[in-house]
Amino acid sequence: MNKVPNNKAWWLVLPVFLLVAFSAVVPMMTVVNYSVQDIFDQSSRYFVGADWYRQVLQDPRLHDSLLRQFIYSACVLLIEIPLGIAIALTMPTKGRWSSLCLIVMAIPLLIPWNVVGTIWQIFGRADIGLLGASLNQLGINYNYAANTMDAWVTVLVMDVWHWTSLVALLCYSGLRAIPDVYYQAARIDRASAWAVFRHIQLPKMKNVLLIAVMLRFMDSFMIYTEPFVLTGGGPGNATTFLSQTLTQMAVGQFDLGPAAAFSLVYFLIILLVSWLFYTAMTHADKQ
Amino acid sequence: MNLRKTLPLLLYILFLLVPIYWLLNMSFKSNTEILGGLTLWPQNFTFDNYRVIFTDPSWYSGYINSLYYVCLNTVISLSVALPAAYAFSRYRFLGDKHLFFWLLTNRMAPPAVFLLPFFQLYSSIGLFDTHIAVALAHCLFNVPLAVWILEGFMSGVPKEIDETAYIDGYSFPRFFVKIFVPLIGSGIGVTAFFCFMFSWVELLLARTLTSVNAKPIAAVMTRTVSASGIDWGVLAAAGVLTILPGMLVIWFVRNHVAKGFALGRV
Repeated sequence: MNKVPNNKAWWLVLPVFLLVAFSAVVPMMTVVNYSVQDIFDQSSRYFVGADWYRQVLQDPRLHDSLLRQFIYSACVLLIEIPLGIAIALTMPTKGRWSSLCLIVMAIPLLIPWNVVGTIWQIFGRADIGLLGASLNQLGINYNYAANTMDAWVTVLVMDVWHWTSLVALLCYSGLRAIPDVYYQAARIDRASAWAVFRHIQLPKMKNVLLIAVMLRFMDSFMIYTEPFVLTGGGPGNATTFLSQTLTQMAVGQFDLGPAAAFSLVYFLIILLVSWLFYTAMTHADKQ
Repeated sequence: MNLRKTLPLLLYILFLLVPIYWLLNMSFKSNTEILGGLTLWPQNFTFDNYRVIFTDPSWYSGYINSLYYVCLNTVISLSVALPAAYAFSRYRFLGDKHLFFWLLTNRMAPPAVFLLPFFQLYSSIGLFDTHIAVALAHCLFNVPLAVWILEGFMSGVPKEIDETAYIDGYSFPRFFVKIFVPLIGSGIGVTAFFCFMFSWVELLLARTLTSVNAKPIAAVMTRTVSASGIDWGVLAAAGVLTILPGMLVIWFVRNHVAKGFALGRV
């Protein structure tokens, strides 16, 4: 749609701008403020410049959790995106079954994140949980609280359980937008199912897929509550992701300066990756 | 239906439902039965866990608090996002693209970064431990999302409708409320659903900004851990009750959800 140039439209955007700026800019400036000062109490604070940044960029604990975070996000995207597409392709398109499917699939998205952790905590326990108990019955020594590998797998499976539906629903709505004519043409050409997917469905899903990848990247990169409830970051530090390390630093040890400095680095990483996705998306829109 | 196609879908749905079933199953058991051994359904069916929640004010006030700030947030988000989304979908103005991206970046800010500054900000203006504080804080990620979804829906409405209305002598506010808003009714429903959803599931900010009067249910749930161990039955019952409001809301918008997930851009 060709839009009319009109700078008075700012008046319509102003409430949103003020509201979001209030909640975004003031806290953000506070974080910036923390990151360049050493604060002992209200009256004694010293400007330290880039010292905190230098310190956090060499902190092995942060390197470790950043690395874990990248591995985790990569795993999440690699599992959930293909699985979500596959499920969207098999979902019924019409009638009562399709709305039932939609509702059931939306349920995990509507559960508070700490309850998601609780559900899996209960479900995976070896003494009272169905999953844990049956795995142990099968002779697999499974204990997510003690075994690093088990904890990782449990957190990943929990995330797949929690968020694959979002990818599937996004793709599903993208698929619904394809007119029947395309499929008819494909049938006349005797196109294989793969060809239909590769040349009709995938290109038409491109936009929603980009949104799905972007949302999943952002949210998995910021994950905090679910692993915190499920494993508490353990065993050891095996599932301590970046947000949790930061929260420990800021609230637990009250190391405000380094925590703030790293927060900004963290934010910049997410911003950079999301900007790449956004540019790709708007670029795709133009074509 | 061919089996080869439906079987994976059925398996996936089973995978989604089994953990929830387990929670539901547990909420109807007594603690002795839960810890006594594995039973696939409650042997001694009991409502005791639910009774604890519905009779103890510190429990059920958690639900009321959560519902209160979630509704407040949905109303605020929608009412500021509607005009803004209209502006983004109809006009080009100075810095519109940058503003849009800036709005979206706020969804990307890790909440962990904002915890302490938020606490200080809302304490300093005397809003700490109020519902409005949580509602305003959740606007940070809900308003951008609402603008994004609504803009998609509004772009689908032909511009000729606006022009005709103006020619017919409608003023902008009257046109907006009388004609435009009813046209994108389903879009508003879907947006409300998303705002509700994201505000309802968020815990970190809600917990940080409240202590007693506006304490959300998610924070009350941590109370089940006591000296005598975890009260699994009540924890499970509380979990089940947090799922219900979301299911109620999705029931209302079930026919528009597919379009909503496309962010109105289909």
